[in-house]
Amino acid sequence: MKYTEEHEWLLVEGDLVVVGITAHAAEQLGDVVFVELPEPGTEVTKDEEVVVIESVKAASDILAPLDGEIVEVNEAIVADPGKVNEDPEGDAWFFKMKVEDMGALDDLMDEAAYKDFIGA
Amino acid sequence: MAEENLNKTVLHELHLELGAKMVPFAGYDMPVQYPMGVLKEHLHTREKAGLFDVSHMGQVILRGADVAQAFEVMVPVDVMGLAEGRQRYAFFTNDSGGIEDDLMIANRGDHLFVVVNAACKGADVARMKAALEPRGITVELLEDRALLALQGPGAEAALAALCPAARDMTFMDVATLTIAGAECWVSRSGYTGEDGYEISVPNGAAVDLARVLLEDDSVAPIGLGARDSLRLEAGLCLYGHDISDETTPVEAGLTWAIQKVRRAGGAREGGFPGAARILSDLAQGARVKRVGLAPEGRAPMREGVEIFDSAEGGVPVGRVTSGGFGPTVGAPVAMGYVPAALSAPGTQLWGEVRGKRMPVLVAKLPFVPAGFKR
Repeated sequence: MKYTEEHEWLLVEGDLVVVGITAHAAEQLGDVVFVELPEPGTEVTKDEEVVVIESVKAASDILAPLDGEIVEVNEAIVADPGKVNEDPEGDAWFFKMKVEDMGALDDLMDEAAYKDFIGA
Repeated sequence: MAEENLNKTVLHELHLELGAKMVPFAGYDMPVQYPMGVLKEHLHTREKAGLFDVSHMGQVILRGADVAQAFEVMVPVDVMGLAEGRQRYAFFTNDSGGIEDDLMIANRGDHLFVVVNAACKGADVARMKAALEPRGITVELLEDRALLALQGPGAEAALAALCPAARDMTFMDVATLTIAGAECWVSRSGYTGEDGYEISVPNGAAVDLARVLLEDDSVAPIGLGARDSLRLEAGLCLYGHDISDETTPVEAGLTWAIQKVRRAGGAREGGFPGAARILSDLAQGARVKRVGLAPEGRAPMREGVEIFDSAEGGVPVGRVTSGGFGPTVGAPVAMGYVPAALSAPGTQLWGEVRGKRMPVLVAKLPFVPAGFKR
């Protein structure tokens, strides 16, 4: 698993990358009540806002971690946003994307670096 | 904001011990949530009982001959007719009819006891001193008492277990009760839409009282996050958001708080700041009105969202003043101001969220029926 400074996790699954938010991020957000996902087929560039996530407290964005194309989204978290708090690093993934340059994943943090980053 | 500049209530250490997440609020370091989280705290209060620290609010004693009569100069409310042992909702108005703060007034026999909002208390005390001291009334802001709110259907049983007399009070009654050995000034009121009590307790006894109440299985500590979603579902105004110095009580739908005696033709008509504007609004109806807003999708419409009367184009006709997710409703809920002609429940409007017009219906307030013991 790889991590971004925006508290996303990335998991390589075949030729796709699965993206979600970390347990740390889910805890900071508080109870998630609304998720708006992009349409599959959307071309995204790194740091572009692709997901809107609203907790009881506030709205925040999830940014595209890399350049690529969104190929699949997790409708289950749209129907039940509470899943994001229950299983952020498992069933509550956000989207799967085809990444232009898989090598770019190497520049992201590994688990130890991310733990260090959040001071855990 | 530097933490050391924030005021702390006497319960501050208890909040930390209970695992609260603290945030700056109205100059105080206050618990926004406990480990249970805002959603569960909200639902717990609606189902059982929640304990809130509202010690940041201002507790003021007004004392002097004819204090009720003097106070009517400041508020469009029947204070002289407020019976001993009873409490009433009120607001300070300004010369243009806007609301300077909302407050509770209790008649405690030889004095009035007033509770005002934390963010306004300095200005409120100055305002009361300026208006009332020339009339021989003393205005005393109490620094030696904390304020707890116990709210929810389980509040009566929890408090009556410590003091059976609490059971005999009905909505808006006030009484002096000895609870856990302390002299408490109790009102059967609150700001969540639930039955419950607000308890003014000497600082030295506040932590013990909170601990005794929290020992009850039905009582959980609740933070500001859930307090906000509870009062929003209950259709209650938050000062500085849903009401302000630019909104009149008629626009805000608070005319129920202006008793007949202070209205045109009443025995003590007018005589409060902004009376001309407020009485004319009462006679003719306000141009804009505060309404409930039920977004049709799942996306919350928060404060500041602009309201339109068409799906595209045009100029905004209104604005959301409070909005979020209503845990009891299970959907987004909001309040805001719209033109009177568009204020009927069921009216179809649109709110612009992140550049997109989303459908929203004008809704009847409150979103959740009140559980008061009348």
